[in-house]
Amino acid sequence: MALLELNNVSRHFELRPGVVERVLRGGKTRVIKAVEAINLSVAKDEILGIAGESGCGKSTTCSMVAGLLPPSSGEVLYRDRNVGEMTSSELNDHRRRVQMIFQDPYESLNPRFRVSDIVSEGPRALRLWGEREIEEQVAAMLAGVGLPAGKYWDRYPHELSGGERQRVGIASALVMKPELVVADEPLSMLDVSIRAGILDLLKELSRQRNFACIYVSHDLSILANIADRLLIMYLGQAVEVGSVHDVIKNPKHPYTRALISAVPVPDPRVKRSPPKIVGEISRPVDPPPGCRFASRCPHADQSCSEVFIKLDTNSPLAHQAACHRLEQINSEAT
Amino acid sequence: MTDTNLLSVANLSVGYSTSQGVVNAVSDVSFDVRRNEVFGIAGESGCGKSTLIRALLRLLSNNGVSTATSITYEGEDVNSFSDDKFRDAILWKRISLVPQSAMNSLNPVYRVGDQVIEAIRAHRSVSRSEARERVEFLFDVVGLQPELMRSYPHEFSGGMRQRAMIAMSLALDPGLIIMDEPTTGLDVLVQEQILRRVREIRAEVSSSIILITHDIAVIAEMSDRISIMYGGKIVESATAIDLFESPFHPYTLGLKNAFPSISVMDNELISIPGTPPALIGEESGCLFEPRCPFSDATCAQILPQSHSVGEMHQVSCHRHTDVTELREKASKKSTWHC
Amino acid sequence: MPEGFERGLLARITRTVGEHYRIIHANPLSRIGFWVVSVFTIVAIFAPWLAPHEPWAMQYDSEGSIASLRPPSLEFPVGTTHLGYDLFSQLILATRTTLIIGAVSGFISIVIGANIGLVAGYYGGKIDEILMRLTDVLYGMPFLPFIIILIALFGRKLEFVILAIVLIIWRTSARVIRAQTIAIKQRQFITAAKARGCSNLRIIYRHILPNVLPLLLLYAAFNIAWSIITEASASFLGFGDGTTISWGGMLYELWLSGKTRVAWWWFAAPSLCIITLVTSLVFVSRAYEEVANPRLRKR
Ligand SMILES: Nc1ncnc2c1ncn2[C@@H]1O[C@H](COP(=O)(O)OP(=O)(O)OP(=O)(O)O)[C@@H](O)[C@H]1O
Ligand SMILES: Nc1ncnc2c1ncn2[C@@H]1O[C@H](COP(=O)(O)OP(=O)(O)OP(=O)(O)O)[C@@H](O)[C@H]1O
Ligand SMILES: [Mg+2]
Ligand SMILES: [Mg+2]
Repeated sequence: MALLELNNVSRHFELRPGVVERVLRGGKTRVIKAVEAINLSVAKDEILGIAGESGCGKSTTCSMVAGLLPPSSGEVLYRDRNVGEMTSSELNDHRRRVQMIFQDPYESLNPRFRVSDIVSEGPRALRLWGEREIEEQVAAMLAGVGLPAGKYWDRYPHELSGGERQRVGIASALVMKPELVVADEPLSMLDVSIRAGILDLLKELSRQRNFACIYVSHDLSILANIADRLLIMYLGQAVEVGSVHDVIKNPKHPYTRALISAVPVPDPRVKRSPPKIVGEISRPVDPPPGCRFASRCPHADQSCSEVFIKLDTNSPLAHQAACHRLEQINSEAT
Repeated sequence: MTDTNLLSVANLSVGYSTSQGVVNAVSDVSFDVRRNEVFGIAGESGCGKSTLIRALLRLLSNNGVSTATSITYEGEDVNSFSDDKFRDAILWKRISLVPQSAMNSLNPVYRVGDQVIEAIRAHRSVSRSEARERVEFLFDVVGLQPELMRSYPHEFSGGMRQRAMIAMSLALDPGLIIMDEPTTGLDVLVQEQILRRVREIRAEVSSSIILITHDIAVIAEMSDRISIMYGGKIVESATAIDLFESPFHPYTLGLKNAFPSISVMDNELISIPGTPPALIGEESGCLFEPRCPFSDATCAQILPQSHSVGEMHQVSCHRHTDVTELREKASKKSTWHC
Repeated sequence: MPEGFERGLLARITRTVGEHYRIIHANPLSRIGFWVVSVFTIVAIFAPWLAPHEPWAMQYDSEGSIASLRPPSLEFPVGTTHLGYDLFSQLILATRTTLIIGAVSGFISIVIGANIGLVAGYYGGKIDEILMRLTDVLYGMPFLPFIIILIALFGRKLEFVILAIVLIIWRTSARVIRAQTIAIKQRQFITAAKARGCSNLRIIYRHILPNVLPLLLLYAAFNIAWSIITEASASFLGFGDGTTISWGGMLYELWLSGKTRVAWWWFAAPSLCIITLVTSLVFVSRAYEEVANPRLRKR
């Protein structure tokens, strides 16, 4: 049984023109389709990686999973219960079980709280344990992410470096002993060595406590290292999903191919060659119905901008790509 | 000699006073940035990279105090400038910053485009429409559609905010652009495109860049010279190629090991065990000594001096003469974790 | 739990007090204001012991005649009234009344204003609509007539003076704090608090309140200053509490005596006190203005 399931989940934002714009130039309300008809499932004790272009809707998806943002349509099922239909007490319980690590560690820590208060806030709010136990758990958690309590306990966020803030965010999510961790670029500011330590901690905890994790990162080498399955998104659409090994070693979708070919290598003599895709980074503002990558895809034809193939949820574990022209692309490649 | 140097910093130190004592976040750092080069700084989280540049730009928080024997920029002794004079004459106009906290630097109640326009108009006497055109151009450079100028920061994704800050830093064609973790929120394709364009623009106006990032691959690709920081000190500096092909410092060797690679998927990462130094109070000896598998008795007692080990290659390690042995051992996991 | 909590609370209070002391001392004007307010407070606390005479006792000079309308001298440092009352003693005792009125109505009004502002700003929607219309109605109310009517209805008692002042001044603080709350509620750390399972009340009082605190203190200082001015105006017009003495009341007595043109000292002393105390409070608030708008400090 899947722990989490997203059925056809979409999230749209309205882009209203200013009053002047509307009156003088007849500007219309436009729609940003930040997330469009995503199907997804996460099994318990699975780590699902999500990667995709900047602005493709990864954070929006995370917020919907954590119950912080209602989807415009579709349903988010957690243990077969619809998050959108939960009563407020159920939702509170859901929010304890599903913990989110936020992308921006400069925005997501209350500037008036000390490190210890930030991390204890969740357990205190929900009265998970007694005060003394909370203190112990928090100290242990902080030590686990490499912020020994002796040095950091009384610090305010503005007295921390970027990576230290990020680890405070991680600690404050993990201390709640969640069943599902939604981690939105949790290690983006950490250097490789500390990162390796925390990845080990995450893997260790997920083995011990058996939790599942959605791990968003733009760094494919991290995902290759930690994730079991990988979902690739492009402008709000899910374009490819599969086991991490399959997706990285054998990418099918043209966007995934471009993405993987652009991964930099740590060698100053190697310069990345510009990827073979054309066009600009864009945004899903009133997008055409078809595949949103079509306008940049070297293999696209007429049908691509008209119909979009959704990923099939019935076989969630299979390696699949949302592309019409897979065979043509394969034959071109060989 | 000094002519080739755009920025020279000598013996910069920063201390933060906290309830536990003074945190020596940066100690005795000296470096030069030449004209027309990309100077990379890499190092562990909390090793003082952001502090270093905040001290340089006089943006330290209230509890921080910085001292330096000299700081010269374009031949001018800026160390003697008052804070106000520095802010007026240098900041943004001649040295710009892409801060690590893109969100904190954007005012949540103003439209992003207006903020960049105002930043331009605060330093240049141009009309609003000229400034707007410039911003449109800059937004295009970082892959943001011009209509996004009308959005508020909270409507941006993390990476879009970061790109807006990169656009802002390019606005006034400064001679030096300092980028603190500019690519943390960008996927590799966008990252590639933006770094490529920043490189092009830089070539056009021949400005230099200080690039701070933990991303070894990005720093390898972009930088001409690299300094590695550990515990508030620069432990090794070299040209990018030298640093990657013949590293000397054990910490640099460890960093290379811990880099996960997409091509070899299942290899286990060799992390550097131990915790970063506390930086509180006086320390004697090499700061990396407690974590260093190669340390000996002198390391714990005497602070290593900077040794020149090649053209433009300095390292602060007592054992720099045994480097072949170190390199060989460092690639084995058993050396680090026993 | 209680033990650990208390320990934390005490430590937090000491730290907070220390922090505010530092904030005020960072700004020279605020420092001056702080000390002036402190002196007034000490005078108010020890007023009965500090005043050399009874406020409403006729004073006689060495020749035995009533010391009426004496200008400031060694014996009567700020002179006397036409009935020979010692103005210095009156001034000291009036400090107490004025400060009590100022502090109590300042405090109550900021508590009301803050709560209404926080709740309206945080919940938004209908609740916001109702609460803000309520403040709008109060905004329409002209200031002095409102007080005068209230006092005419309920009588000249200290409690009603305070009540009237509170009803009039909470509205501005409510508005400002609502605006700030709306800005803060959009910040991501509030979403993060929600994600950790915090209830709405907890978010309002534990997460948002500390962030509006500088603004709150700024308006608390304003409100106290305003209460003092309001009280003085009301008393001057004869709507103060007749049984206690206040600075405004002293001016009212002067007006009644008809000696305005002669007794400059009688006019100067209470007026100077009002001006000094109000200005000092505004100075103190300056410190918080900088904290509340960090952007003011940079650039
Ligand atoms: N509140 C909002 N109002 C309007 N548009 C929004 C809002 N939040 C997000 N968007 C838009 O939705 C799209 C997806 O945003 P999201 O934050 O999910 O991207 P992301 O995949 O997390 O990107 P990044 O990797 O850059 O963080 C973006 O185009 C963004 O501009
Ligand atoms: N205002 C402050 N008060 C006390 N300590 C501080 C303050 N600011 C930073 N520090 C400490 O100084 C050290 C260096 O911080 P800095 O922000 O320079 O690190 P960094 O190298 O930029 O790290 P990162 O890569 O994580 O951003 C850290 O250990 C941090 O905890
Ligand atoms: Mg995001
Ligand atoms: Mg930093």
